Amino acid sequence: MATIPMEHGLIVAGILFTLGLIGVLARRNIIFVLMSIEVMLNAAGLAFVVAGSRWGQPDGQVMFLFILAMAAAEVSVGLALVLQIYHHFKTLDTDAASRMRG
Amino acid sequence: MNVVFYLSAAIAVIATILVVTRVNAMHALLYLIVSLLAVAIIFYTLGAPFIAALEVIVYAGAIMVLFIFAIMLLNLGPHSEEQERIWMRATGWAGPVILAALLLAEIIYIIIGRSPTIGSAQPIQPAAVGAALYGPYLIGVELASILLLAALVGAYHLGHIRRALREASVEAAALRARTLESRPTGEQEPLGQPK
Repeated sequence: MATIPMEHGLIVAGILFTLGLIGVLARRNIIFVLMSIEVMLNAAGLAFVVAGSRWGQPDGQVMFLFILAMAAAEVSVGLALVLQIYHHFKTLDTDAASRMRG
Repeated sequence: MNVVFYLSAAIAVIATILVVTRVNAMHALLYLIVSLLAVAIIFYTLGAPFIAALEVIVYAGAIMVLFIFAIMLLNLGPHSEEQERIWMRATGWAGPVILAALLLAEIIYIIIGRSPTIGSAQPIQPAAVGAALYGPYLIGVELASILLLAALVGAYHLGHIRRALREASVEAAALRARTLESRPTGEQEPLGQPK
């Protein structure tokens, strides 16, 4: 397989994570915030896999599987909440849901 | 193979930039699928074919289909793009971009400075991943299954409340319509009887 310096893989993961972070911080549409969270989780998994392949151990890939399961759980609950918020506030603006009420 | 890695890394970064800057949610979603496929190719070149397959099946397949369902259920329409442009034009972009770029520069500086070793990626077979997953990480698998069950119950609960609310609102609307119907007829009948 390819012999890529480990730093380059980690830098790619860092760039993707930063882009996801910018998306979470700068966007106001809650759908885009959820997508950016997916990008961040994917970048974290990429860092795990890079480190796992650096030392030739399967642990990094196992961690990616756990991240995958967590992302699936997060996105199902998150999208259900998005539907609720849109039903309730008639907008996808995150500022609309700024108050906590029962 | 190195060329494949760098090319797919560039595709992933460009597609992710496009995801963050789109105004149409469906376009952003398609770019996100491209980004995930590029990351899957990165996984393959790093010697993780099992994870590459899972990335395509679970991320680009299942999770993105959930997003598409949600966007289609929301039924946003054309005015949402204009609203999104207004939100994008706001000056809230500069701060997060500068701070995140500084953090990225720090991370790159630390990574380049600290680890001079070069990794030689031997492919890790799925059998080794499975043996590790159901060996020392068995408790993690159990916890992941509990988490998925909790997410299932939570998503069902949230969707169920929404349906109950809609049924209640439909019933209320029907009731209101019935009362509005009955009132004019009730008023018309006394008017009609003298005729």
